[in-house]
Amino acid sequence: MYNASDLRKGLKIQIDGNPFIVTDFEFSKPGKGQALYRCKMRNMISGNQFTQTYRSNDKFEKADLDERKMQYLYNQDNDYYFMDIESFEQIFITKEQMGDNINFLIDNMELQVLLFGGKPIDVSLPIFVNLLVTKADPWAKGDTSGTDTKPVTVETGYVLQVPPFVEEGEKIQIDTRTGQYVTRVKE
Amino acid sequence: MLSLPELHMRAALLRLVRAYFTRLGFLEVDTPVRQPVVIPERNIIPLQAGNWFLQASPELCMKRLLAAGCEKIFQLCPCFRDEERGRLHLEEFMMLEWYRNGADYSDLMEDCNGLLEYVAENFRAEFAEECRSFRTSSFYGEAAINLRGGGGRLSVAEAFDRYSPVSLRQALATEKFEEILVINVEPHLGVDAPVFLCDYPKEQASLAKLKDDDPSVAERFELYVSGVELANGFSELTDACEQKRRFQDELNFLRGNNRRVTGMPERFIKALENLDKAAGVAFGVDRLFMLMLGKKSLDEAVSFAASDF
Repeated sequence: MYNASDLRKGLKIQIDGNPFIVTDFEFSKPGKGQALYRCKMRNMISGNQFTQTYRSNDKFEKADLDERKMQYLYNQDNDYYFMDIESFEQIFITKEQMGDNINFLIDNMELQVLLFGGKPIDVSLPIFVNLLVTKADPWAKGDTSGTDTKPVTVETGYVLQVPPFVEEGEKIQIDTRTGQYVTRVKE
Repeated sequence: MLSLPELHMRAALLRLVRAYFTRLGFLEVDTPVRQPVVIPERNIIPLQAGNWFLQASPELCMKRLLAAGCEKIFQLCPCFRDEERGRLHLEEFMMLEWYRNGADYSDLMEDCNGLLEYVAENFRAEFAEECRSFRTSSFYGEAAINLRGGGGRLSVAEAFDRYSPVSLRQALATEKFEEILVINVEPHLGVDAPVFLCDYPKEQASLAKLKDDDPSVAERFELYVSGVELANGFSELTDACEQKRRFQDELNFLRGNNRRVTGMPERFIKALENLDKAAGVAFGVDRLFMLMLGKKSLDEAVSFAASDF
């Protein structure tokens, strides 16, 4: 159990069977009054947020969370299969739960899977991934039309804007937090 | 950690505080930081040091000095409160307290104004350049703080009428007093000039004298600048029996909740018999300094914060 005095930004607690993360926290204590612990929290499954003020004697359950290193295997219909690198146990995560992450997912990629009560609820990709450009219009040299980017498609089917010199068959680095081009990668 | 220029400014602030009170004929005292008995207060957790405790405020010792015959005394000292960590709270902080024999809380409000005016004027003279660059933001926004031209008073009831979604009485009945004060009321206080929030419900002032013409409120005030509570002062309760009864209530509450208890401050209560009329203020020096630097948290206003170790 956590006490109110344990509350801080980033703490993960369980309320009514749901895992919550404290996203904003402020301690206040007016004059001779009671201590107030003001928290903004996000439901780690639904993403819903709420604000609540707690008092000194409030107690909180620890969220039953476990983060494990897993390898991406394959997808079948709407399910994405992963293998625990230590236990070789296999799990799947639905496309809906994966969200934008599928844009950066390639076979054998290692990533962190967050489990709540044994069920996967989130994945954390590496911040940077290198993906192959599978479709790009050629760069018309001397094109001075003023456009400094062009769209390309990478091996996952994701489309993004890159500088005009990037060509089909090259690998590029992408920041998975923003989905944006970082640099060309020579291999 | 404070920068070198900031260390100079902090030293100047402490020097100006001492100069102000010394000029007015106050005696500087230094009482022990570690004591065997502390004030029983339900909302303050004392820090233990061996079998004794670190003071949450120098109040007990300073009032005993008043009872022993001191007229006007002040003290700058570290105080300690367990489990208080936030933008406006440190477990160790610098307290300024001063007491006047024969005075009431109105006299203290004048002292507060005088002190802020004196500090503002002299600080600006000494650090003209830094003041321009530092004093650009306040705790709640980008407006410059103003330490001058204060003196306005607002009763707690008036403040709730003006800023709270519910009346003071409703807030107290539903135990929402603190929450509404912090969220709805405080951000409006002392924005243009320092302001005094005064006449607190009697439940919110265990060492203050009740108002003669309205015993439901105590002669207690809080000084606000830029939405930040800087000082808490009151006309002292000098009725030894009443004080003992109020302390007993607090002790009962603490024991009932399995909290650390240090016993009844008997010699303090005895000393009150020699005190007729007096008033005192506790003033957060770190908070004032934070506002003067235009910082947003106390960690940025003290020489070393917890993160510096």
